[in-house]
Amino acid sequence: MKKQVTEILDDVGSAAVLVFRSMAYTPKVFGNWNRFIEQCHLIGYTTLPIVAILSFFIGSVLALQTGYALVNLGGETFIGAIVGLSMARELAPVMVAILLAGRVGSAITAELASMKVYNEIDALVTMNIPPERMLVMPRLLAALAMMPVLTIIGNVIGWIGGAVVCQYVTFIGVSTEVYFQSLKSVVTFKDVMDGVIKAEIFGFLVILIACNTGLRTKGGPREIGSSVTRAVVVSLITILVLDYFITRALM
Amino acid sequence: METTQTDPDTETTRPADNEAAVGVEVEGLRKSFGDTEVLHDINLSIKPGEIFVIMGPSGSGKSVLLKTIAGLETPTKGRVTIAGHDIAERGSREKVHMALVFQAGALFNSMTVFDNLALYPTEHRLHGRKEIEKKVMDALGILSLEDARDKMPSELSGGMKKRVAIARALVMEPQLMLYDEPTSELDPIMGATISEVIADLRQEVGLTSIVVSHDRDLSLTIADRVAILMDGNLLAVDTPDKVRNSDNPVINDFLNPVIDVNNPRFKQKKAAS
Ligand SMILES: Nc1ncnc2c1ncn2[C@@H]1O[C@H](COP(=O)(O)OP(=O)(O)O)[C@@H](O)[C@H]1O
Ligand SMILES: [Mg+2]
Repeated sequence: MKKQVTEILDDVGSAAVLVFRSMAYTPKVFGNWNRFIEQCHLIGYTTLPIVAILSFFIGSVLALQTGYALVNLGGETFIGAIVGLSMARELAPVMVAILLAGRVGSAITAELASMKVYNEIDALVTMNIPPERMLVMPRLLAALAMMPVLTIIGNVIGWIGGAVVCQYVTFIGVSTEVYFQSLKSVVTFKDVMDGVIKAEIFGFLVILIACNTGLRTKGGPREIGSSVTRAVVVSLITILVLDYFITRALM
Repeated sequence: METTQTDPDTETTRPADNEAAVGVEVEGLRKSFGDTEVLHDINLSIKPGEIFVIMGPSGSGKSVLLKTIAGLETPTKGRVTIAGHDIAERGSREKVHMALVFQAGALFNSMTVFDNLALYPTEHRLHGRKEIEKKVMDALGILSLEDARDKMPSELSGGMKKRVAIARALVMEPQLMLYDEPTSELDPIMGATISEVIADLRQEVGLTSIVVSHDRDLSLTIADRVAILMDGNLLAVDTPDKVRNSDNPVINDFLNPVIDVNNPRFKQKKAAS
């Protein structure tokens, strides 16, 4: 128990140090422009298809559930509002963050852990090329750049998913116009922005946890796997616990 | 790789050209992992421009010593200074330029051989792109690696990786070179080439080299001094001739093991324990 507590404190402490060291290199982003763009591509472009598919289905199922619950009460005009708000404030940012942890975070941890285990990180250090500058900073900035894009795309596709269900599921039968009218009357720019802020915080933390766990890997190849598992689990816990507090703070 | 805009007039020259060779002082160095002490009170003074070879059985702590000198492991006690700079201090890497050839190469697996070599001069904006390409190809040429320039490390044999790692260190043009078993896994000719490269670097640019090696030819021909490390203790630090003619039986047996089929070592150990 004592060992676990010190381990967690070690993780938090080293993550804090890593943030400061790597973000101090932010002005060097132009010297690392290709790496930054490469990471944007990795985070943004390769995550986009799965974000699109999942948000479509989440929007759809949300419309289906609320439709099922509200139609008999005569509340079908609220479906758009409920789907719109839930997607923007909650589901799009959380879903994008979870996908990021599984799709990108795990890959980053595996890559950095392997670099650590095979002395590549040590080689960078002896070359006086700080890994924080070359490996961590471009990834953190890329996450900050891509999370809003992914979240907003997730929102829009989720909303469309809801609209499709409302229109074509016979027992709901709400037209697209009514659905979007309801959505527009409730969802404000601030709601979307709150979601984007959430996504920024989650995305930054997911990539930070991934980098930190990877760079702290010790031992041999077997430890690469356990680092990946650890990074993903810690990311998911962080996202879900923090979600409550950020949501509360943004209200 | 990003482009470097280097004005030919302001082009940075290689550190070794305009800075004197560096000496290395190891004072009262101890290194423990957990409860086991791996290095016991090591004291060494390596002169600028010297070729210093560290020999010893595997597991005796040679790699740990080399990594500690490079500042990759922090000493549990004692300290390492290079040209007067404590290597444990942040910022000392700005002042002393060193290159370490790792035992397993430590090539960047996501980069081609060319990019592995070009990374250091590119990141530090040492030369223009043309100049970097030339230096990289020169280094590859010395180690007969021209054909490997566009290969990925995973496509190379163990010995080739080792040579690429050495080439990568050459391109860095450091003041201090650390080699961890540079000639293991190499054929005798290539091993001899490496020895010649190390000796040549001292002659051309007065480079200080610390070489961990079991290669008796390398140690006894090019070394200025040889240290014997056993179980984390320095048994001898002396010129190759003196070490070779040492009257310490342990050192003698290590340098000139006699293969005795009738009385094998592993059976002697069993009898003793
Ligand atoms: N990171 C580490 N953690 C724990 N023990 C280590 C570590 N690195 C090396 N050792 C131990 O230190 C001793 C010396 O290792 P090393 O310097 O690699 O030997 P060699 O002389 O063969 O290069 C070995 O007993 C090894 O098990
Ligand atoms: Mg070793």
